[in-house]
Amino acid sequence: MRRAITVVVNGTKQSRDVEVSQLLVEFLRDTLQLTGTHVGCDTSQCGACTILVDGKATKACTMLAVQADGAQVTTIEGMARNGELHPLQAAFTKEHALQCGFCTPGMIMTAADLLARKPRATEDEIRHALEGNLCRCTGYQNIVSAVKRAADDMAATPARATTEARR
Amino acid sequence: MTATQTPYIGQRVQRKEDPKLIRGEGTYTDDVTPAGTVYMALVRSPHAHARIRKIDTSRAKRAPGVVTVLTGADTAATGPLPCFITLPDLKTTKHFPLASDKARYAGDGVAVVVADSRRAARSAAALVDVEYEPLPVVTDARAATKPGAPILHDDIGTNVAYVYPVKGGDIDKAFREADVVVKHTVKNQRLIPNAIEPRSIVVRPDEGGALTIWTTTQIPHFVQLITSLNLGLSQNKVRVIAPEVGGGFGSKLNVYAEELLAAWLAKTLGKPVKWTEERREGYLATIHGRDIVEDVELAAKKDGTITGLRIRGTANLGAYLQAFTPVIETVLHIFIVPGAYRIPAFDCEIVGVHTNTTPTDAYRGAGRPEATYLIETSMNLLARELGMDQAEIRRKNFVPKDAFPYTTITTLAYDSGNYDGTLDRALAMADYAGFPKRRDEAKARGKLRGIGLSSYVEICGLAPSKANHALGVGWGGYESARIRVHPTGAVQVWTGTSPHGQGHETSWSQIVADAFGISPDDVEVRHGDTLEAPGMGVGTFGSRSLAVGGVAVHKAAEKLREKIRLIGAHMLEASPDDVVFEGGKVHVKGVPERAKAFGEIVFQSYLAFNIPDGMEPGMDSTVYYDPSNFTFPFGTHIAEVEIDPDTGTTQVVSYSACDDCGVQINPMIVEGQLHGGIVQGIGQALYEGAVYDENGQLVSGSMMEYDVPKAADLPIRIQLDHTTTPSPVNPLGVKGIGEAGTIASTPAVVNAALDALAAVGVTHIDMPLTPERVWAAIQGVKR
Repeated sequence: MRRAITVVVNGTKQSRDVEVSQLLVEFLRDTLQLTGTHVGCDTSQCGACTILVDGKATKACTMLAVQADGAQVTTIEGMARNGELHPLQAAFTKEHALQCGFCTPGMIMTAADLLARKPRATEDEIRHALEGNLCRCTGYQNIVSAVKRAADDMAATPARATTEARR
Repeated sequence: MTATQTPYIGQRVQRKEDPKLIRGEGTYTDDVTPAGTVYMALVRSPHAHARIRKIDTSRAKRAPGVVTVLTGADTAATGPLPCFITLPDLKTTKHFPLASDKARYAGDGVAVVVADSRRAARSAAALVDVEYEPLPVVTDARAATKPGAPILHDDIGTNVAYVYPVKGGDIDKAFREADVVVKHTVKNQRLIPNAIEPRSIVVRPDEGGALTIWTTTQIPHFVQLITSLNLGLSQNKVRVIAPEVGGGFGSKLNVYAEELLAAWLAKTLGKPVKWTEERREGYLATIHGRDIVEDVELAAKKDGTITGLRIRGTANLGAYLQAFTPVIETVLHIFIVPGAYRIPAFDCEIVGVHTNTTPTDAYRGAGRPEATYLIETSMNLLARELGMDQAEIRRKNFVPKDAFPYTTITTLAYDSGNYDGTLDRALAMADYAGFPKRRDEAKARGKLRGIGLSSYVEICGLAPSKANHALGVGWGGYESARIRVHPTGAVQVWTGTSPHGQGHETSWSQIVADAFGISPDDVEVRHGDTLEAPGMGVGTFGSRSLAVGGVAVHKAAEKLREKIRLIGAHMLEASPDDVVFEGGKVHVKGVPERAKAFGEIVFQSYLAFNIPDGMEPGMDSTVYYDPSNFTFPFGTHIAEVEIDPDTGTTQVVSYSACDDCGVQINPMIVEGQLHGGIVQGIGQALYEGAVYDENGQLVSGSMMEYDVPKAADLPIRIQLDHTTTPSPVNPLGVKGIGEAGTIASTPAVVNAALDALAAVGVTHIDMPLTPERVWAAIQGVKR
């Protein structure tokens, strides 16, 4: 069975006819070819598929595409604006918070949700917010440093922080 | 790029890999979907051991979208999977991608479905009717050696694949003359690697019978080699690309059943074939790691001096020998068991046994974490027996720094070391002296606090080809590199290594930048494509990439440096003896203004009218570097834990590590490798373990049951320090750091936990130290 949906993805309206059983992550990866969102498990543990749905961090493997009808979706591809990296993206590279890079998009999206809710998140809050995102390479230490650094950078440029929070 | 001046070696240069990865623009294998792709799904045995009576594919063939359904009998033309190891008397049997006589572990493939979508393939796989006759199951390696145990491979007639002894010195005398002998049984539990990217493969048939293969691998050249040999294709017709690879840790160091099946199917069907594992499928069908039990006896004098070490071990190989299975708990394990210590007599024997479980193979450290866990927990057992301090028993037995090169009782030639040096700095960083006070404070809060040391030596730089051959590894251990400087001065580097997170593009560009006096930004490093690479690359595993592959890059650059110097001298009309190449220019010694720049000289090498007579034009070099020896990094890690005796929860509250990997090319990358490795090793100590039930079902069969460390598990900052003892083996003085963290951290944490538990009388505990297990150990002593 198919149904027509309209989803705003990274600011662009996308109208498609989709199988009702299609997962949102399949819609992004297979239908829209936005392959920056990854699939690392089938039990919602790894968080590699995390995106923002109406600003909220969501595991795209646990949501149907039809459930996103009418929603605003942001994926990793939508984080940089006009060629300028999101502060989280910049901080991840500065702090060497990625090695193989496979978990990185999901990590950044989860962290974006956290910083929108808690711009001054403590290290402890960051670690707990990232519990649903697995990384096997970094041991998380530099990821936590990167999220803290991004929080500081965003606090230092409030205009940007406000824009990010509204995303 | 934060670094601005040469030398770039040693600087925290930001990674060249990152820009595309942080934007979501990296291409991983599953991101590749050629037009007309069909999808593969495997039918896997639900039984751990069962005769396959009949396979009926008719229902599946009628399912929507199905292209074909094939069994083992139909796919024998793929040829068998490779095992690259030949130990003396190793029992081998042919291992085909699909089992056709019987299934030997839960997850063993028995049929393959190809359909026009991933979902159609998976749905149809459920419609393949397989009639099984379940057979008795054995999952425990020691039980599998007992008379009457079910035999997996009827053609071998035994579950014992190898018996591997290593002996040195007079072991009987060592034990006769010892004042004390401590004994324990050391278990390294089975682990599941869990690279966050699942395995995936895409094979596209091209014109003229060629195949292009994208695959999640650490060894693209071996995938090319085996595919071409097995399928009877000329090697130049098989191009293997390892694009971005999302972590490996040894789990992508194989030529897997699905790779051969997809290649053969693409060739046979004439369509691109794709397969990506589901995580739960991967838990069954991707190799596991560790799984060895060893009875250990350590003999010593009253003053703590070790006199001898005896080990009888049993390694669980799983159902089949994969690419490197037989070498893991033999060569890569036994030889390094003596670790940082002088051990005059040694007697070890490991029996490798098949069981009805997923095959085991290399997992980060591969035999060396098991060795370090064995010796480091034994050292603490001996210290407790003698009432000695953990640091003192280590110092007493360390190979002294003036003894290098040092030949161990197991015949390894340690290149260089200063074990007291890393121990001293680790003790200072961890405030070892202040520990008793912290323990007392914890006690006042009702917590048991312990401190644990782990002083390790590891083997990196695998390997000199002659050593490989002598030890039964069926391929050379060199690495290749090619550097091409274009007429405009643009520099491209090809490496035979195949990184999957290690940052070779960055580190190798630092090496080349220093050689030419240019910026790493002006060096492009390419890897993981057999079409572009030098003839053969060995790949990335065993902490070998820098000490072999990085050195190959350095040597290729040195060849061009010399050519540049000679052309520069010629252009300056000076004697080659009178010029030097430094800071990107060749100049006459003492006259820096009489100079020719790198770019001018390179351009001239292509104009070629003004180069020395007889010299080849161009600026291109290919090097195969075969090291003369392994390299031996070392260090001391110190963990502090607090245990809640009421709940059994163990929390790492402090972690300090001082490592020596020789010269560091990029300390930022070194630290990243250590952070990740340490947490992975803590995973083995505290959280992770594969569990089979009595029927051979993997109970810990998904990320819901198998506890991969999470961000909040270790709410502390790992403290790092280092010393630098260059390796004399290679001109860069480098050793390797990819596995050190994992090797060192597991025993550090368990030693800390046992130090804490000593207060309540617990003297032994097996990993993982789950709350339940720790609590039960405490209760057991109470009763």
